[in-house]
Parts: sequence; structure tokens; C-alpha cells
Amino acid sequence: MSADPLHALASAGKGESTRGLLRVIILALIAGASIASRLFSVIRFESIIHEFDPWFNFRATKYLVANGFYNFWDWFDDRTWHPLGRVTGGTLYPGLMVTSGAIYHALRTLTIPVDIRNICVLLAPAFSGLTAIAAYLLTNEMTPSSSAGLLAALFMGIAPGYISRSVAGSYDNEAIAIFLLVFTFYLWIKALKQGSMLWGALCALFYGYMVASWGGYAFITCLLPLHSFVLICMGRYSTRLYVAYTTWYALGTLASMQIPFVGFLPVKTSEHMPALGIFGFLQLLAFLDYVRSAIPSRQFQTFLWLFAGGTFGIGLLGLVIATSAGVIAPWSGRFYSLWDTGYAKIHIPIIASVSEHQPTAWPAFFFDLNMLIWLFPVGVYLCFQQLADEHVFIVVYALFGSYFAGVMVRLMLTLTPVVCVAAAIAVSTLLDTYLSTKSPKPEESQAAEAAEGKKGKSGLKSTSKPVVGIYSIWGRSMMVSALAVYLLLFVLHCTWVTSNAYSSPSVVLASRLPDGSQHIIDDYREAYQWLRQNTREDAKIMSWWDYGYQIGGMADRPTLVDNNTWNNTHIATVGKAMSSSEEVSYPIMRQHEVDYVLVVFGGLLGYSGDDINKFLWMVRIAEGIWPDEVSERSFFTPRGEYRVDGEATETMKNSLMYKMSYYNYNTLFPPGKAVDRVRGVHLPDVGPTLSTMEEAFTSENWIIRIYKVKDLDNLGRDHMSAAAFDRGQKKKKATKKRGPRLLRVE
Amino acid sequence: MAPKQRNAAAAAAAAARSASPAAAPARTPATTTTPIPNTTTTTTTTTTTPVIPASLKANAAGVVGSGSGGAQTWDRIAQNLVAHYTATTPQRTKLLDAFLAFLVAVGGLQFAYCVLAGNYPFNAFLSGFSATVGQFVLTASLRIQTTEANKGDFPAVSPERAFADYVVCSLILHFFCVNFIN
Repeated sequence: MSADPLHALASAGKGESTRGLLRVIILALIAGASIASRLFSVIRFESIIHEFDPWFNFRATKYLVANGFYNFWDWFDDRTWHPLGRVTGGTLYPGLMVTSGAIYHALRTLTIPVDIRNICVLLAPAFSGLTAIAAYLLTNEMTPSSSAGLLAALFMGIAPGYISRSVAGSYDNEAIAIFLLVFTFYLWIKALKQGSMLWGALCALFYGYMVASWGGYAFITCLLPLHSFVLICMGRYSTRLYVAYTTWYALGTLASMQIPFVGFLPVKTSEHMPALGIFGFLQLLAFLDYVRSAIPSRQFQTFLWLFAGGTFGIGLLGLVIATSAGVIAPWSGRFYSLWDTGYAKIHIPIIASVSEHQPTAWPAFFFDLNMLIWLFPVGVYLCFQQLADEHVFIVVYALFGSYFAGVMVRLMLTLTPVVCVAAAIAVSTLLDTYLSTKSPKPEESQAAEAAEGKKGKSGLKSTSKPVVGIYSIWGRSMMVSALAVYLLLFVLHCTWVTSNAYSSPSVVLASRLPDGSQHIIDDYREAYQWLRQNTREDAKIMSWWDYGYQIGGMADRPTLVDNNTWNNTHIATVGKAMSSSEEVSYPIMRQHEVDYVLVVFGGLLGYSGDDINKFLWMVRIAEGIWPDEVSERSFFTPRGEYRVDGEATETMKNSLMYKMSYYNYNTLFPPGKAVDRVRGVHLPDVGPTLSTMEEAFTSENWIIRIYKVKDLDNLGRDHMSAAAFDRGQKKKKATKKRGPRLLRVE
Repeated sequence: MAPKQRNAAAAAAAAARSASPAAAPARTPATTTTPIPNTTTTTTTTTTTPVIPASLKANAAGVVGSGSGGAQTWDRIAQNLVAHYTATTPQRTKLLDAFLAFLVAVGGLQFAYCVLAGNYPFNAFLSGFSATVGQFVLTASLRIQTTEANKGDFPAVSPERAFADYVVCSLILHFFCVNFIN
């Protein structure tokens, strides 16, 4: 035996226990890899919370850890939405904060002192490891080949579509929600296959956890009934389906109603009605099933028609009446925008203004999923070939998920799991086909053929069975190595995307100096730190809602509006203050007790995500509430251009936002050379003047500019004339105002 | 087959005894006697089946929804159903059915109250109503899983496990209800 070590190696993988051990090791490695690939941002920058929403979650978590669960539950936050406040405990999804709070306390009892910030930063990577394992479990339910499960775990671990929301520091609801989504689906398939109440109850519990964590739970609420409905339509109603679905629905709905933010929604809104409808429908079906076993089929037919027709009619009538009477709320705007992508733009600018609610551009699919996107249909096709109940689930999920991922960018996240599962099935089928070392001996098949031929009669060539398949070593190794190259390229692509596109904290910006070294632009934190140190504890900061959470989290100052966007009118008020002239906006700011106004300006650095570029949304949202005071059209030149240079419209030049952005900006440049690097235009020589507020702080690269709102004038003048007086301009109308002199005739 | 079935029945009865001690002793002899009428009624139904299609055909040939004919078929259907039910249902399944009927009655009562008297403590109504609905569904699942005819559907679920699942799920359900009731 020349190949002794080789044989030993080959036989080592054959025992069942060895395989089990290998699987565990491989899964652990995959989980480790998925965690490691999310740490770019921590290594490049630091352990910091990213973006916008995570800052609120972080702040809420700190509150939870400091004040305990019950105070958190009843938390009324008077430092946001000034002067309204926000019932924070009742209007958030507490799953994320409670999870990290529990981890924090668990580590504390184990005497491992960890800062809550580090737990929050590393929560998403840790859960991505769990997601990989959940994907493994889910795929194992689909196919007997365990290599498919491992591949699915690998894909899930490093697919950029999921990494985009789960890098270290991205402390958002999606961080744990995707794990819960995949795991709930796994439990559902398990419950459906076994018809067990216990699995159904587990599914309901994880569904409840999902509801507590993310608004995207509606995806499950709609997908599971849809799957059941498709199964029923295919004539696959079974008692197992009844047990699994009804247990899930009865327990899951109750579990979801425990969350104050969800409350009565599951029985009141239309989004939850399909689940209820299927629930009722299954009761009827179970009854009919029983009746069918009890009476002869001819009688059953008449019974069925009368009974089913009657019930359906009554149910539909009830639904229509309930909806029109307002018992069941009609579909919410966010859902309308899922059917009609133009809906939000016309009716609800606040939803359309969020960039992640935009429809997906097609390159995004390839960017986020790379080769998985073309393996995806193959996997779905393979599911069609077997088409047991669980394969129907994959097919339904694939259709549903693809549609929604096409409508809204951020729903790419819900598509990613099914793409990973389907692609893993495809790849593993390919690998299993080409890696199997078995090859039928041609002599054997000929012998079999001969035996058959003797029994039968003809020697027709078409009836003889040739040995079909690829058995040459060359063909196999070609195919396998090609696949291996694809897989390696996939890993490269994922790493590249993660490192370049998804690992920026967006609070801290990085750029390259001409010599290639990294330059950190830290204006946000500089400005927030200034606010924290130089303003009163309760100084109200007005800014566009994007920065509300960050101001609350980093500067710890009350804000007028934030990313929660629960009150459109309040946001429109801020939009109106920003887009009107000083005379109009000063009273608004006084009414809201605004002390400082914060704007983001990228003109000096070429930072395109600044307020002037978001300005039109402010105008639109304000116009939605005050159509006769703010008009979007007046911000465009007569030729329909949105300009900020000398050609800008008067309304634009007088708007508070424009003035605050460009105030004193031309002093940076030699006369006549002032240039805005984002818009790429030359600015007029004379900059705007501000009279109701004064510049308080401007960060190093001018990204953040903070203005202090002036108090009322000491002499009772209005601010325009006071400022004019300070500039040394003479009051022109002073004499006219005095009126005609009266002669005293006493 | 028969001793095994009796074992299962005894185990389930032992489990159920804590719930209803009065009904238990009367039931054990009943389960042993059921097989005898079972065979007889199934034969009678098979003998009557050729007759029914004839009457149905007559109905179909005439006006489909005509009053008297429809009522006649409904009578037949109801009679058949009742006969089938009394013949083939074991005693402890009947107990479950009684519980189901009770739950339907309670749920209907709650719903009627909600419609007539208003739903003011909506939390309380919802948790009460969903407790009955959830318990109904769980009990129906238990009934399905313990029925002999459905054995093939549930290879992984033995009657004992079904009962254990039932207890666990009921506990979860009532925990949520109590928590939600305010």
C-alpha cells in the first residue's frame, strides 16, 4: 500500500462520530470567520457606535443598565422631541437593549467587568455567528446532504447583504433580528415537519422575541400564512399543518401583544389580517376534514359547497364591514409604499426621504450577493424537483423576498437568508455530483443489460441503457476546481465589500493623504464634545432629524426632532424654520426655546451628505403641512435648477439653512474664489448676513456649524435693525415712522 | 395491538385523572367496550351508502336548492355525522370534545359580551378571548394527535408526548394571558 496516509485520511472522515465532530469544528470556524470579518471598523477606527439609529439604541441601553428594567419600561424621555417628549419605553422595540443588558449582567455575575459600550459594539458580530448556525440548521431541514448546511452557514456568515447591517458597532435592531428571523423559520419548518405542538410553541416564542426586536417581524407574520395558504391550495393540507400553524398563531400573537409598542396591532391592522384569516380557514379545514372522514363523499360535496361558500361570504362581508367601520385600521403608509413605489413620494415625503426606503438599483443585488444571486434560481429549481412542504417554503420565501428586496433597499436583508440557503443547496448538489468517487463499472452495466436483453427481445439501441454520467477524472476535477475558484472569488469579493463599503462608522470619516497615509476626519465628535462642554445642560439644539439621535447620544443635549420621526408635524416645523427667512424662523425658534442650531455643511471638504443636499426634503416635508408658506418651486431657478451660487433664487438665499451653511464661508478664500466643493460651483463674493443668530462653533473641516440663537434685543428693537445698527448703517425709516406732529392745545 | 392501545389509554387516563377524578372510573370500562359497536355501525353505514346517492341524484336532477330536498339531505348528513361520531369516538376523546364545546361556549359568551356591552377593558377581553381560542386550538391539536387514525401523520409524536406538549403549551399560553390581562 503506497497510499497509506491517504487511506487513513480518507477513512478518518467516514465514521459517524468523526463526521459529527468535524461538522461542529467547521461550524465553529465559520462562526469565528463571520465574527472576524466584521471587525474591520474596530481595527481601523476604534470601538465606536456607528451611524444614527445605533446611537439611540446605545443611549437606551445605558439607561436600561443604569435604571433597571421597570424604569426602562416606563421611560418618558423629556430630552427628545422638545417640548413634547417621547414615551420611549412604549414606543421602542426593547429586544436589542434587553439582550445586551442581560449579557452585561451575566458577565458581571461571572466577574468579568466589561464596558456596556463594548458589548453593544460587539453584539452584532456575535449574533452573526449564531445566524450562521441557524442557517445551517434551516438548510439541513431542506436536504439530507450536510455539506449544503455548512455551505449555507458559510454564505450566511460572509454575505455582504447581511454584513451591511451587522458590522461591529452597527448596534441596530437588525443585528439580532436576522438571527431570530432565520431561527424562527427553522423552528417553523421543524414544527411543520413533525406536527409537534412543542416546536410550534418554540417557534412562537422566538417569533415573540423577534417582535420585541424589529419592526420587520411583519415579514414573518405574512410569510408563514402565505406558506400555509400555498400548501392548502396545493392540496397539501395535513393535520401537521393544523397543529403547527394554530399553535404558532395562538401563542405567537399573544406573545407579540406583550410588547407595548405592538399592543393591539395584531388584531387591528390589516397587515396582521392574513395570519388571522388563515388561522380561521384552518379551523374550517380541520372541521371539514373530520366531516369528510365521517360521511360519504357525495353528501360531503354538497355539504362542502354550502358550508364553505357560506363561511367565505360571511367572513369577507365581516372584513369589509369591519374595515369600513374603522374597527380594523387600513394599511399603513409604509405598506402602501411596498406595493406602489411612487406612493410615498407623493403622499408621505418623510418616508420617501429616508435613503434606505428607496427602490433597489440592480447592481446592488450583485454587489451584496455576488455569485449567490445567480446560484439562487438554481437552488430554487432544485427545491421544485423535490417539493416537499419545506421546499415549498423556500420557493414562497424566495418569491416574496425577491419582490420586497426589489422595492426597498433595506429589505435586501430579509432576502439574504433565502439566497444563502438556495445557493448552498445548488453548490452542494454540484459538489456532491462531481465529488462522488463511485463510478459504475461498464462491464457490470453491460452484464445487466445483457441479462435484460435476454429476458426481453429487441437489441434496439435506443432501449439499451448506456452508462450516463461524468466519470472521467478530468471532467470532474475541471468542474470542482472551477467551483472552488468561484468560491474563493466570492470570499474575496465579500471581504473587499465589507472592508470598503460597510465598515465606515460614518461618525468618523477617513481619507487618504497624498502620501497614502490615513487621515481621520473627526468633526462630528469634535462638535458634539463642544456642545457637551460649552452649553447648559438643558440647552435645546435644533437640527435636522438625522442628527437627533447623535446629539442625544454624544452631546447629551435635548433635541427638537430625531430619527424616530413619530411626529411629522414637528419635523415639518423644523423644516419650515430651516427653509424660511430669518423673520419667519426666529419666532418659531423662540417658541420652541431653541438655544443652538446645528447644521452640517460639506462644502469645504466635499462631503456630500450635508444639509444643503438634504434641504429639498426639508422643504417638501414643510410644504406638506404649510403649502401656502413654503413652496418647493421657489427654491428652483426659473429654468428648474437647484442652485446655490449667485444664480440661486431669492427664497433660497434668504433661507436660514443657506445662510447658516455659507455664513462667513467666503472669508476662507481669496476674494472671488469661494467655491463649494460638493456642488462644484463658485459662490458670490458677498456672503449672507445673519442677524438673529451668531456663529458659536465651527468644526475643523467646517462639517458641523453651530449657531447660537440671539436673545431678544435689550433695547426692544427687532434683530434686523439691531444688526444694521451694529454694522453702522443708518436707520432709514426712523423719521417716517414718527407720524405727523401734533400741536399741544391745552 | 389491543393491549398496547389499552396501555396508552391507561396512561392518558392516569394523566387526565387529576383533572377530573369523578369521570375517570366510569370511563375505563367504556373504552374496552367501544370496539364492539364500532364494527357493527360501520357495517350499517356501508349498507346504507348505496341508498343515499340515489336520493342525492334525485335531488340533483330536480331543483338543486329546493327547500324540502335540501332539508332532507341536511338531515341525512347530520344523522350520518352523529352516528359516525358516537360510533367511532373513544370515551376520552369525547371528554376532550366536551372541553372543546365548553371553550366554544365561553368564547362565544365573551364575544357576545364584547359586542353587546362594549369592549372597554380591551386588554382583559383580548386575553380572556385568546385564552379560550388558544386553549381550544391546543386541545384540538391534542385531539388530532391522539386520534388513532392520524397516527401515520405524526411519527415523532406519541400520545404521551402529545400530552406533555399540551401541558407545556398551555402553561406558556396562560402565562402570556395573565401577563396581558392588566
